[in-house]
Amino acid sequence: MTAPRTLYQKIWDAHVIHTREDGADLLWVDRHLVHEGSHHAFARLAERGLRVAEPGLTTGVADHYVPTRGTPASEAIGRMIATLRENCARHGIRFFGQRDPRQGIVHVVGPEQGLTLPGLTMVCGDSHTSTHGALGAIAFGIGATEVAHVLATQTIWQKPARSLRLTFDGALGPGITAKDMALHWIARLGSGGAQGHAVEYAGSAVRALSMEGRLTLCNLSIEGGARCGMVAPDDTTFAYLEGRSFVPDGPHWEAAREAWSDLPSDADAAFDRDVTIDAAEIEPTVTWGTSPEDALPIGATVPDPDRAATDRRDHIARALDYMGLSAGRPLSGTPIDQVFIGSCTNARIEDLREAASVLAGRVAKVPGLVSPGSALVKQVAEQEGLDRVFRDAGLTWVEAGCSMCVGMNGDIVPPGKRCASTTNRNFRGRQGPGARTHLMSPAMVAAAAVTGELTDVRFLLTGRAA
Amino acid sequence: MSGWRTHSGPAVGLDQHGIDTDQLIPARFMSTPRTEGYGRFLLHDQRFEEGRPIPGHPLNTADAEDARFLIARRDFGVGSSREAAVYALVDFGIRAVIAPSFGDIFAANAVNNALAPLRVSEAAAESLLSLTGTGATELHVDLTATHMNAGQEKIAFALDDHWRTKIINGWDDIDLTGKHQGAIAAYREADMVRRPWAVVARGA
Repeated sequence: MTAPRTLYQKIWDAHVIHTREDGADLLWVDRHLVHEGSHHAFARLAERGLRVAEPGLTTGVADHYVPTRGTPASEAIGRMIATLRENCARHGIRFFGQRDPRQGIVHVVGPEQGLTLPGLTMVCGDSHTSTHGALGAIAFGIGATEVAHVLATQTIWQKPARSLRLTFDGALGPGITAKDMALHWIARLGSGGAQGHAVEYAGSAVRALSMEGRLTLCNLSIEGGARCGMVAPDDTTFAYLEGRSFVPDGPHWEAAREAWSDLPSDADAAFDRDVTIDAAEIEPTVTWGTSPEDALPIGATVPDPDRAATDRRDHIARALDYMGLSAGRPLSGTPIDQVFIGSCTNARIEDLREAASVLAGRVAKVPGLVSPGSALVKQVAEQEGLDRVFRDAGLTWVEAGCSMCVGMNGDIVPPGKRCASTTNRNFRGRQGPGARTHLMSPAMVAAAAVTGELTDVRFLLTGRAA
Repeated sequence: MSGWRTHSGPAVGLDQHGIDTDQLIPARFMSTPRTEGYGRFLLHDQRFEEGRPIPGHPLNTADAEDARFLIARRDFGVGSSREAAVYALVDFGIRAVIAPSFGDIFAANAVNNALAPLRVSEAAAESLLSLTGTGATELHVDLTATHMNAGQEKIAFALDDHWRTKIINGWDDIDLTGKHQGAIAAYREADMVRRPWAVVARGA
């Protein structure tokens, strides 16, 4: 008899190669994803004359610096993409480059291509690697030195994280999405609330989410400080995976299905922490400040530093100054300058459908960019005519990449401009120096585009499928 | 990477919590080769406006030029996994960041570059911040000890034991893992039999 274990423990245990005296484990890495930012790590390998240990388990994707329109914005940006291509070619790594039909944001591409599977360990030099946990994998972001280590050894040293189960009971209301669930819990626990923890999302509202919704939820785990986020695999997971390019087929598919059915946490498995949230209480949620924890329901007012807890006052005052907001004003009705629909958080096909369902037959009052999460998402969206909806509304439909979420490719929000964004970080300067970001769901961004101000999308859904 | 055991020098304080890695180094600087030095990018958009230093920022004072320690409030280094945030601190001359808590990925990256993430209590961070608020403060940190010295004051800090050893010796994980090559090969071979489905299928 083995002791009851969590999903995280089961996967962890199956990957331990060696345990060090201090409790750190050397773990086997099943999938390693690299992008342009991995150049520091490849440079380290070159300095030491090392080869990539497992090129077959490594995939290169151009996303952070790829232009969404035409050619790279500068020579330096073009060089970043070329360097990744050269490094992948030198080491025999599969590479999805610009104009490859499989290209896209690395965290959209992994699940979409079936590189991400339940029961795997996955790493990437990007904090939003937590996304892949939606399929029931342990997936986390690492730094450049660790990327070099994984390239050289296909292993990583880690200490097991503490476990936190976030249970969303009940059902979400109309117009409420996985993005709202994520901003809700992060606001409640804080941006450091899950530090040192592996989060398992559970409960009926999580089970009811589509794969796309689960990917959004797990994507934002890092914004609550978590090492990773996970959802136990179920029929939704298996139906999503079957037939995708890199998913095992034939007898391997059957064997995998059998192995995956043992993964969910045992009924009596113990978690270090348990937090329960009533899904019905979650409202369309927007951020007002400069951290994802600065989130409130759209019906709320901008917080007043003078009425806040002592240790929050200073942060709130600084955030309001940066964001150009006054305490006590309703969030709803705040005028915006532009919108952005994209990123590894919310640029999958379902996200685009949600935004399009609000925008159909309407015209945006402000300009905006829509960047699908991958070339494949773009293709499907165009087959469905979603690109027409966005264009007819006056928004700009562009190629796939990280784009205006992080601004590395030159797609930036100008200083002082206010952007309603489906992205993951409202940090100062994240979307460009001086840019003011409000995070929200794709449907809420679409609503903001239509009215030109922060708006409760539920008022625009009457008679429409949400 | 060269390790270190003790450092003495000026500390600068940033009375902010949640200083994220996008602030530590804005993304637009990250295509720069490391050989050019990342110190000038540290907290760039807090320190500079239209290319000119903003007077009064703690990192723009004359004392900050020789700073070896940075003190801040909780959740230092949250956000992006960019190791460039650590490069910016190290290239600026910082050898230890002192705060009540750190982003997990940032802390691991720091140790891999011999930058010590030293955890102190909220109260200790506040008292250090009030010391630095009156001008540069000299700190003495000995990684083999459990306290740092700020003048007459002794302040307790926490650092994972393995991290402590790694920083002192300047160890690199690739070297440390080398001695486990046999175990890695054995795992790989057994795993191919146990989980043949986990190897990447050919793809379309």
